[in-house]
Amino acid sequence: MKFPYSEKVLEHFRHPRNVGKIKNPDGKAVEGSPACGDMVAVYIKVDPNTRRLTDIKFESYGCASNIATGSIITELAKGKTLDEAKKVSWKQASEALGGLPPIKVHCSVLAVEGLRSAIQNYEERHGLVKDRKPTTVEVVRKRLKKVINPISGLSLVRTNLVKDIEIKDGTVRVVIDLPANHQFASAIKEEIVDKIEPLWDVKKLVVKFTE
Amino acid sequence: MFDKFVYLDNAAATRLDERVVEAMKPYFLDVYAVATSEFGYSQGIEAREALDKARETLANVLGASRKEFIFTSGSTESSNVALKGVALALGEKKGKHIIVSKIEDFPVLHSAKALEKQGFRVSYLDVDSDGFVDLDQLRESITDETILVSIQHANQEIATIQDIETIGRICRGKGVLFHTDATHTFTRVPLDVKKVLMDLVTVSAHTIHGPKSIGGLYIRKGTPIAKWVDGGFQEFDLRAGIENIPGAVGFAKAVELVTPEENKRLQAMRDHLIDRVLVEIPSTTLNGHRWKRIPQNANITFHLVEGESITLHLDMRGFAVSTGSACFSRSLEASHVILGIGGDHERAHGSVRFTFGRYNTMEDVDAVVKTLAEVVQELRIISPLGENQEQEED
Repeated sequence: MKFPYSEKVLEHFRHPRNVGKIKNPDGKAVEGSPACGDMVAVYIKVDPNTRRLTDIKFESYGCASNIATGSIITELAKGKTLDEAKKVSWKQASEALGGLPPIKVHCSVLAVEGLRSAIQNYEERHGLVKDRKPTTVEVVRKRLKKVINPISGLSLVRTNLVKDIEIKDGTVRVVIDLPANHQFASAIKEEIVDKIEPLWDVKKLVVKFTE
Repeated sequence: MFDKFVYLDNAAATRLDERVVEAMKPYFLDVYAVATSEFGYSQGIEAREALDKARETLANVLGASRKEFIFTSGSTESSNVALKGVALALGEKKGKHIIVSKIEDFPVLHSAKALEKQGFRVSYLDVDSDGFVDLDQLRESITDETILVSIQHANQEIATIQDIETIGRICRGKGVLFHTDATHTFTRVPLDVKKVLMDLVTVSAHTIHGPKSIGGLYIRKGTPIAKWVDGGFQEFDLRAGIENIPGAVGFAKAVELVTPEENKRLQAMRDHLIDRVLVEIPSTTLNGHRWKRIPQNANITFHLVEGESITLHLDMRGFAVSTGSACFSRSLEASHVILGIGGDHERAHGSVRFTFGRYNTMEDVDAVVKTLAEVVQELRIISPLGENQEQEED
């Protein structure tokens, strides 16, 4: 019998660890999109005193390497401090899985990014960001690249729906080129709030729709 | 890991029928000479007769005459020869415009793209949500410059059978050559060049329990086509190279073994799978037309899950199927067919193709449906898409 993955990958693929959601997570992140074929969500619980990950869960829409990497990073990160967990790399994950096919880097790196983003999300929400760079239009645009337009499955930025970004005195104004009564308008707005509000110097966020 | 292996990827390749192997054997071991002219030595004459007989059989099935059928190395070569051969023959004389559908298989699509690089103009026709070519768009697209229309008989992934009778009439009416890729319909769906106005037809043995690397091209008498593979004078001086006589004999034998009863049996398995999956597994969509599809193909999207994960889970449980997901393909691109029928990426990534053959049974269908239901449910539980999100937050 010849399968395209290592025994370890197949084992995690068949029996992924720490699958599911965490109710009221301290931090969460979604990476990827249905359009690129892989998507991973990471939820974390953090002990506020020790800053250790007391719980971590993941969900995956993706191929075997995506699922297996999601599973292994939860095992690698659980119980670690945030600073330690941030350093969990794709290479470590790949080694722990007995190697991943090079062509599948894209699918598997998402889980590692998901873990880092979930930690970043926690730190931003709890005022723990050490490297306090001011929020610029570029920073906002970069974050909007992770907001998915459900119509195409591609990001808002890639589908040219971000009409304008303005930053003034801590207020961020984002204009989306969709009618306000569009079926996905509220879902998109919610995601934008999720991504932009945690930024340390953002006092107010206004999401506008055209028309 | 499992006691039975169930192969459901017969559109990609099929198990050889033992009777085909037996028919081919003498041409590997006893009559191995090249086909000579009628003035050659005896074994060469014998080889030539075997080749002629195989050609006769294949031409007959298509309603063609012996001289209108050449052997090739398979459907990829046949379609390359059809498009590039016509382009070479008519490009300078008549015009440099070719029409294909958006959902053609790669031999046609990539031959068209290659010709585009050589200065040809190619129109890619849209298809509707079932995969049918827009016939009005076809009529409007034909100009004085158009030399060839290439539209498949049925689709390689979603199985939809095109209205080639009408397409043939449109092309003939406008004096344009018509090529059809019949790789997935040959012997499974009736096709007669006396009834349908076609000038070139691609066929292959690998989809009907015949050998790999043997195919053919029907070329209607008088069709302007340039020789594409140069060398000797084989195949009516249209395709050079030593003839694959065992292959040709095996191809003819494979064709003889297909019966209308078998096609009915395949269709029954197809319908059983489609009916059960659509009813028993939630959030599923059939890809392609429900009835106007080849008898051996069912293609279904399982929403909220990714196809490579489905195929790997099935593989580990003893089932071989294929998917239109980007992750499964060598190019890491989602199926151009599912996108072509207006599906989004999610629909392509979750699509699974089941193709039946001679060695499948109804028990196989029931077994794969049962396993599918389990696998899809498992994958949906871990998927961040869809409803389970809200349920947990209650």
